[in-house]
Amino acid sequence: MQRWTPFNIVSVVLGFAFLYIPILLLVIFSFNESKLVTVWAGFSTKWYVSLLSNKSVLDAAWVTIRIGLVSATIATVLGTMAALTLVRYRRFNGRMLFSGMAYAPLVMPEVITGLSLLLLFVAMGMDRGFWTVLIAHITFTMCFVAVVVQSRLLTFDESVEEAAMDLGASPVTTFFHVTLPIIMPAVFSGWVLAFTLSLDDLVTSAFTTGPGTTTLPMKIYSQVKLGVTPEINAVSTIMIAIVTVGVVIASIITKRQELQRQRDERMAMAQP
Amino acid sequence: MMGAIGTFFRKRIVIMVPYAWLTVFFLIPFFIVLRISLSTSEIAMPPYSPVFSMADGWAGWMEKFNLLSFDNFVWLTGDPLYFEAYFSSVKIALISTLLTLLVAYPIAYGMAKAPGTVRPTLLMLVILPFWTSFLIRVYAWIAILKPEGLLNELLMGIGVIHEPLIILNTTYAVYIGIVYSYLPFMVLPLYSALEKMDGTLIEAAEDLGCTPVGAFWKVTFPLSIPGVIAGCMLVFIPAVGEFVIPDLLGGSETLMIGRTLWNEFNANHDWPVASAVAIVLLAILIIPIVFFQHLQAKSAE
Amino acid sequence: MKSLGSIRRSFAPWSDPNSIPYISIRNVTKKFGDFVAVDNLSLDIYNREFFALLGASGCGKSTLLRMLAGFEQPTSGEIVLDGQNMAGTPPYRRPVNMMFQSYALFPHMTVEKNIAFGLKQDGMPANEIAERVKQMLKLVKLEKFAARKPNQLSGGQRQRVALARAVAKRPKVLLLDEPLGALDKKLREETQFELMDLQQELGLTFVIVTHDQEEAMTMADRIAVMNAGKVIQVATPPEIYEAPNSRFVADFIGDVNIFDGKVTAVTGEFVDIEAEGGVKLRMVSSEPPAVGQNAAAVIRPEKIRVTGEKPAGRANALEGEIWDIGYLGDMTVFRVKLDGGKIVKASSLNAVRAAEDPLTYDQKVWVSFDENAGVVLKD
Repeated sequence: MQRWTPFNIVSVVLGFAFLYIPILLLVIFSFNESKLVTVWAGFSTKWYVSLLSNKSVLDAAWVTIRIGLVSATIATVLGTMAALTLVRYRRFNGRMLFSGMAYAPLVMPEVITGLSLLLLFVAMGMDRGFWTVLIAHITFTMCFVAVVVQSRLLTFDESVEEAAMDLGASPVTTFFHVTLPIIMPAVFSGWVLAFTLSLDDLVTSAFTTGPGTTTLPMKIYSQVKLGVTPEINAVSTIMIAIVTVGVVIASIITKRQELQRQRDERMAMAQP
Repeated sequence: MMGAIGTFFRKRIVIMVPYAWLTVFFLIPFFIVLRISLSTSEIAMPPYSPVFSMADGWAGWMEKFNLLSFDNFVWLTGDPLYFEAYFSSVKIALISTLLTLLVAYPIAYGMAKAPGTVRPTLLMLVILPFWTSFLIRVYAWIAILKPEGLLNELLMGIGVIHEPLIILNTTYAVYIGIVYSYLPFMVLPLYSALEKMDGTLIEAAEDLGCTPVGAFWKVTFPLSIPGVIAGCMLVFIPAVGEFVIPDLLGGSETLMIGRTLWNEFNANHDWPVASAVAIVLLAILIIPIVFFQHLQAKSAE
Repeated sequence: MKSLGSIRRSFAPWSDPNSIPYISIRNVTKKFGDFVAVDNLSLDIYNREFFALLGASGCGKSTLLRMLAGFEQPTSGEIVLDGQNMAGTPPYRRPVNMMFQSYALFPHMTVEKNIAFGLKQDGMPANEIAERVKQMLKLVKLEKFAARKPNQLSGGQRQRVALARAVAKRPKVLLLDEPLGALDKKLREETQFELMDLQQELGLTFVIVTHDQEEAMTMADRIAVMNAGKVIQVATPPEIYEAPNSRFVADFIGDVNIFDGKVTAVTGEFVDIEAEGGVKLRMVSSEPPAVGQNAAAVIRPEKIRVTGEKPAGRANALEGEIWDIGYLGDMTVFRVKLDGGKIVKASSLNAVRAAEDPLTYDQKVWVSFDENAGVVLKD
């Protein structure tokens, strides 16, 4: 795999153009003066201004963020435990069922997950709203966390834990002082993934919500059904901007750390 | 070898908490769906009967149990609409998966061959759209594909066409939407399969008399099969049950089961039929899902 | 036979019937499913001993070490350490510490924090910890690297951090799992002597697992050669080398010539053996086998001389021709094909720069050795 041929370069460039042009157009037309999202009529930020006074959108955003923060945090705890179970405990009764339940939500059509949870909530007589959406989000995002943490645990040198116990740390101390700090980057990525999945979710939320709890994607969806407007583009742009900035910063930090690590290793090699 | 170390108690908690959560919120709901799919629709809350309740006692349960029937499933088979919806969901998912593979392979291949310094950036660029909202990315295509949209304006502007192409609200738009939305899911496993491939294998093949094209088909492609399978699973399974894409981009003639289920549930309020639709959808997907889990579990070994 | 005791120091508690073993491994068996990793093994290790478990990978030596550390529980049998039965004691309550093959340094902690980790678990006051860590850093000559993280250290430095961390708690026993496996050859040789000095200085009992016979021979007071979950021989390095008790040990340690045959006569301690290809040998044995029994004469290559003329006064002299010559610098290895067809390995030290009458390929030669040049093994 040494040569990067023109064919390779062209396919990569075209691929990225396909991925990014629609998003780029969406962003550009959020600054359109006209109400049409297809005809450029000059630069304007008026849609952003009108967004600020749109209470229902702001309320939906606030609900979405609250659900995202809480569900991502709980999903991270549960998902990390699930990952530990999958990697560390090779044999226990019902392991087959467990790994099935842990992987299935990754590919399960959202309509099924949403419907089945709704029917559960109805059967349990729960009032639908914030809490039911929260539970639904925890359930499907914890599996993504489990997969992320699991892949880190697979390359984890277990002798480090044994060393801690050998030096007198109890299993609980070992977990919190040795294992967790080492897998923390993966746990954190799992959290971020769970958070963004929660922010994005439409179908599961729509099934499990009740009157009074509207998330931002549900709001956007109902607006889109009424027609395409620059205001939706503006909301979308803000969401895209937040995610992009977050991901870019995270990857710059990772890159820095990687460079630092390489420098450290070179330095270490140079020593006697 | 950890089993000997983890104390019994700690192990129990770590296993039991997520296990219990998934059982209550993932497994049991399926049985409820199954149960309700055997009920009769009612205009009430909840809109189905019989309703099992703790107060009924064993005898009451048995009595109500007899009221369950396969009527909804019989009804599904009787209405060609459902059959067509299932059939066209699978067809659309299959075609889209194939298209996604065709689009993704050259990208993944090009990424894997890129210089090591560029690769992390390319990888990040593929993952980035995955973080942005699915709904927003699908929505972005409406403005592009509309009859008076950006694509038509561009094509008419440069004189390729004179009449606007009707793409939005057709099945073609659904293909585009699925390929676009699921592209990263296909590129990533392909890339990871291609990237870890030993470059000297190609050199060995060429050294032994293979042309570059021959080496690709005889060495590179066979070795990337695990990535191809994983990618196809990740696209096909969710695509069958897709709701947002056919709802926003597809036309009224685009039948997809996710949308049918949604309508049955939200517009018709027929919970038993919606449940039956979900059960049949699950039955269709169970084989690929089990296969996917098997792959996941194997790669975790 | 002359005594082949410990040559390093006059330290041989194992030959004193009154001394009490520090670690007693009694009839220990460890099974993983159907696989028997350690098979009814018994072994005594004494205080301040440097003890090596030597064997190929999969022989059960690491499993045995992990049972001493408490990471594995014996399926049956017991381990007694300093008078205390260790059954059911988890690793974090055992007075032993281990140095891991991968070093298992905590990547998120500095060198200092790594060394202090075990002391903190014991609830030692902070000022004492600081004092002890300082001592340890000095001991392994890493004072300047206290604030570094493990990935900022070279392989040799990491090895020393792992060592300092493991001895910081002054364990009763230090377990070392292939401690030098990750170092390059030169550093490994240096470190072997450092480890020996450290053991003397701290007065600890060391149990080391290794697959490297040279390492075991250099460092250990006694070696247990293991195969398929069993101990084949426990003895000092000279005994293991010069008086292997079995074909396996003879073959496993160093190079060896094995002549399989039948005993034709026994005269006092002299045993006459007729080996394959009509080779007739006379060897010395303290426990001679009976006439007619199968036996094997085991002779190390450096005990065999290769000469152009038939040597006078050697009990065993066999005719053959030179098949191969390997020049290694410090010595030369000959492979001589005897008239009966057997290939014999012989090595000679190149003590002078140019031999007067160098031996060449296909030359007719004599290989010779004394009666006591090797041992006789009964089959």
